[in-house]
Amino acid sequence: MTGIFQEDEIVQTNILHHHLVTRRQLLGAAAVGGLALSKAAWAETMTELPLPGGPGARPITTDFPQKGPMILQRTRPPLLETPFDVFDKGVFTPTDQFYVRWHWALIPTDIDIGKFSLTVRGHVNQTLSLSLNDILHGLPSVQISAVNQCSGNSRGFFEPRVSGGQWANGAMGNALWTGFRLKDVLDKAGVKPGAVQVRFKGMEEPVVADAPHFMKSLDIDHARDGEVMVAYAMNGEQLPLVNGFPLRLVVPGWYATYWVKMLNDIEVLDQPDTNYWTKVAYTIPDTPHANITPGETGVKMVPINKMVPRSFVTNIPSGQKVKAAAPTTLRGIAFGGDCAVAAVDYSIDRGQSWRQAQLGADQGKYGFRQWQTQFTLPSPGNYTVLTRCTNVDGVAQPATPNWNPAGFMRNVVESVDVTAV
Amino acid sequence: MFRSLLPIVIVLDVVSMPLVARAATAFELKSVKIDLPDSNRMFPDGPGSDAINNNCLACHSAGMVLNQPDLSKQAWAAEVNKMIDNYKAPIAPEDVGAIVEYLSKFKGAK
Repeated sequence: MTGIFQEDEIVQTNILHHHLVTRRQLLGAAAVGGLALSKAAWAETMTELPLPGGPGARPITTDFPQKGPMILQRTRPPLLETPFDVFDKGVFTPTDQFYVRWHWALIPTDIDIGKFSLTVRGHVNQTLSLSLNDILHGLPSVQISAVNQCSGNSRGFFEPRVSGGQWANGAMGNALWTGFRLKDVLDKAGVKPGAVQVRFKGMEEPVVADAPHFMKSLDIDHARDGEVMVAYAMNGEQLPLVNGFPLRLVVPGWYATYWVKMLNDIEVLDQPDTNYWTKVAYTIPDTPHANITPGETGVKMVPINKMVPRSFVTNIPSGQKVKAAAPTTLRGIAFGGDCAVAAVDYSIDRGQSWRQAQLGADQGKYGFRQWQTQFTLPSPGNYTVLTRCTNVDGVAQPATPNWNPAGFMRNVVESVDVTAV
Repeated sequence: MFRSLLPIVIVLDVVSMPLVARAATAFELKSVKIDLPDSNRMFPDGPGSDAINNNCLACHSAGMVLNQPDLSKQAWAAEVNKMIDNYKAPIAPEDVGAIVEYLSKFKGAK
């Protein structure tokens, strides 16, 4: 990389004030070459993501309200990655360092809880308009621990590289979500016979008026399974605005594209959803591991859906030196994808032999599970430590990485390089 | 560290069920009003930088593009066309070529 691509410059702006900004203003401002900019606040530190071929330099930003230090992938609309060392702290990702991903730049930044309402409409007996008061006081409260992972988490490691958000492994997080069952509001509205899907829409809007509003759909049976819920809290606090305040759909075991943020519209459909974001975007090859050969065409594509198992070392960064012939603690996190973790295994001989790590407390089958072991590297030299999660359905992380043009569903066995001295 | 997790097993055993009803006390929410930061980063000067600055920064900041890996000219053309066809980017037809050339020059696969 040449030196001309420097860190993203973060500035506070007057123009992206709450609802007042219009598409015309945004487009006009950009056309004359600059938004109405005021105070400049340069990112304080940089990090280097080990993406093959680069560029890997990213600022660590603290400029986003309600958020702590985050890896800045994109300022507008925000793409903020969780610094990986955060995952060593435990199974619940701190809310202020939970990753952030938006599709469109017009994000309401002024939410009055007295004025917000959630609509349930479409193929139902009666349309509902629920205030937050109705929701907090009128619906049974439920909790679930669940991993929210971007479909494109780890996209930056795809080879050959693909376009899209160039995430390392930090576009994921686990939280204890509190809210209400989707089933309960669907039952309240009364789903009519013949309903096939439920479509979810949030408050973000595209800058260009005729661009497709972000919406996602689930099959009616999935929507009514009693597990899909709408959260008003994560880790015991209200959601940060950039994580979807005040309401966010929670689809345990499924990729985060379905976890619609700032959810205010639920529409029961009597026909399959054909909107862009469900039918075209976020589709994967209908092949094992969503894997194809680069350049391969004519592959059947289907909407991305259930997650697959993953595991990571969190206490030893790649390149670290450890003592030879002495026990070293190896610790990490794992998740089973759409079901619980059954086992986490590690290998120090490039996969010839595997040993089982001890699993930490089970805090919910859809959440992160911590694991730990002691290992000894027999003599000085370079080693690669591999980790592999197997879930309770018997699905294990594959030894070779998958590839698809959108950079979705990476879950190859992870590796950390260590030198024994 | 690991040993200290053991008491939590007992306390949190109840949440290992997928969904658990909670106590009747209602959760409280507070209204939120924030300002999101923006970027004034422009694309580096070069042939076509005006075209890319004028057409692309309305919908996303420059960092999105500059963080991309080096891609072939064909891949960059596909990317620009995706912005136009799928995301309705109002890019003047006469600017498309200049944008693709710019990306191939500054972010092209070697």
